[in-house]
Amino acid sequence: MFELLGIPPQVLMGQLLLGLINGSFYAVLSLGLAVIFGMLNIINFSHGAQYMMGAFVAWMLLEYLGIGYWWALLLAPLVVGATGIVLEKLMLSRLYRLDHLYGLLLTFGIALIIQGLFRNYYGISGLPYQIPDALSGGQNLGFMFLPNYRGWVIVASVIVCFSTWFVIEKTPLGSYLRAATENPTLVGAFGINVPRMITLTYAFGVALAGFAGVLAAPIYSVNPNMGADLIIVVFAVVVIGGMGSIMGAIVTGFGLGIVEGLTRVFYPAGSAVVIFVIMAIVLMIKPEGLFGRSA
Amino acid sequence: MTDAAATPRNATARPMLDVSDLQGWYGESHVLHGIDFSVQEGEVVTLLGRNGAGKTSTLLAIMGILGKRSGSIRFAGTETIDLQPRQIARLGVGFCPEERGIFASLSVEENLTLPPRVGDGGLSIDRIHELFPNLKERRRSQGTKLSGGEQQMLAIARILRTGARLLLLDEPTEGLAPVIVQQIGNTIRELKREGFTIVLVEQNFRFAASVADRHYVVDQGRVVDMIPNAELDANIDKLHRYLGV
Repeated sequence: MFELLGIPPQVLMGQLLLGLINGSFYAVLSLGLAVIFGMLNIINFSHGAQYMMGAFVAWMLLEYLGIGYWWALLLAPLVVGATGIVLEKLMLSRLYRLDHLYGLLLTFGIALIIQGLFRNYYGISGLPYQIPDALSGGQNLGFMFLPNYRGWVIVASVIVCFSTWFVIEKTPLGSYLRAATENPTLVGAFGINVPRMITLTYAFGVALAGFAGVLAAPIYSVNPNMGADLIIVVFAVVVIGGMGSIMGAIVTGFGLGIVEGLTRVFYPAGSAVVIFVIMAIVLMIKPEGLFGRSA
Repeated sequence: MTDAAATPRNATARPMLDVSDLQGWYGESHVLHGIDFSVQEGEVVTLLGRNGAGKTSTLLAIMGILGKRSGSIRFAGTETIDLQPRQIARLGVGFCPEERGIFASLSVEENLTLPPRVGDGGLSIDRIHELFPNLKERRRSQGTKLSGGEQQMLAIARILRTGARLLLLDEPTEGLAPVIVQQIGNTIRELKREGFTIVLVEQNFRFAASVADRHYVVDQGRVVDMIPNAELDANIDKLHRYLGV
């Protein structure tokens, strides 16, 4: 067995894996934020709350209706997406002509309300959600033990991220989205229903958050604050990657998860702040973000 | 083309586009003060006038993009004054904006196929490539990597395949080299032969004279005169006065 700088490979690989899993959540969540920001010009601060809702919907489906993980993986994003449609139609759509700040304030307020409601009904102690049977257990890779569910989280995130990237960058539907991001007025003047596209884009972005929430449910306990803790880091990821860049959000999400994992190995005390340090450095050197287009 | 200009139009035929007492505002600023003009099917008509006369605003109003407007704009018999831009486009109106509006994040091909079909009888991609061979060669390039002339051609080309019957072209020759202007002129005459109805905003009246059947002169938000192309020479002094050249 190899050793690297006196670090046992089990420790290194374990932290790398943990980093990749965190990175999976960063990637899916920052991807949703990037999609929403690109199209709506709104910084969706309620993203963390919508991620939490995804986890709670999965838990409720199981608890109240006996619907298990695999259906939840499909249904919870749809439910969260549907609440996104209502939110966009009722409130966000009134803000597009105003400064970014209004969207941020509104979605921040909504996040507080959603979290408050869930805290009121379910407390903060956290609710358990079992790993589905098909994904219990794990693989002995020789140098480390890989729990199946964690491997699945990484695979599912990669698939969702790259499917999203493919749809946006390589299909006619994606070309509508890209065009409407650039010049919604002209796209409307071609006969395309831009307001509906915006609504569906928001729904899709928050559905991604809901999907991440279902993925997270068996790993982290389902509790009303799970999104609030995570979303701050995710915003740092988005700032580093560059607002509105799809590939940037994905690559930065996974990359920073790994960087964070490695920091935990080599300088554990720094792991909680490393992403923010990187954010500060990126803001100094390339304020538009690593993958951002300068304004 | 010249024969069409020489033949007097049947005055009783219902026009394809009929604009009357069109008023328009940008925010608080009142820019159109009663635009009146009409276009018959198959005609090429220009809006001539100085900078700021209201030509572009008129096109934006017809397209439904201008913030606030009143009066009447009838397209193929349908009143559009209260419709959204996307509804107006769906009636069969194609718009080529002054700034061309080529999308940087789309390839040439994606730019070309972006506008959805709004009617029957649009040109095929092959026919469009025949009209604009450069676009075929460069179809994989990023839209904004094209030269100004090619971007202009792309902006026109993409509204030809949608089946739109009325094309609104805002200063297609602006800032282009003479040889490209000539090419765009040929294209417009070709489109007229294909049966498209075209409203063209122009500053360059020599170019306008080479393609249009009639000219409406716009000044301070009003249509102040109409000159058939055949009578352009007789009215050249008057036109110079209007345009301040």
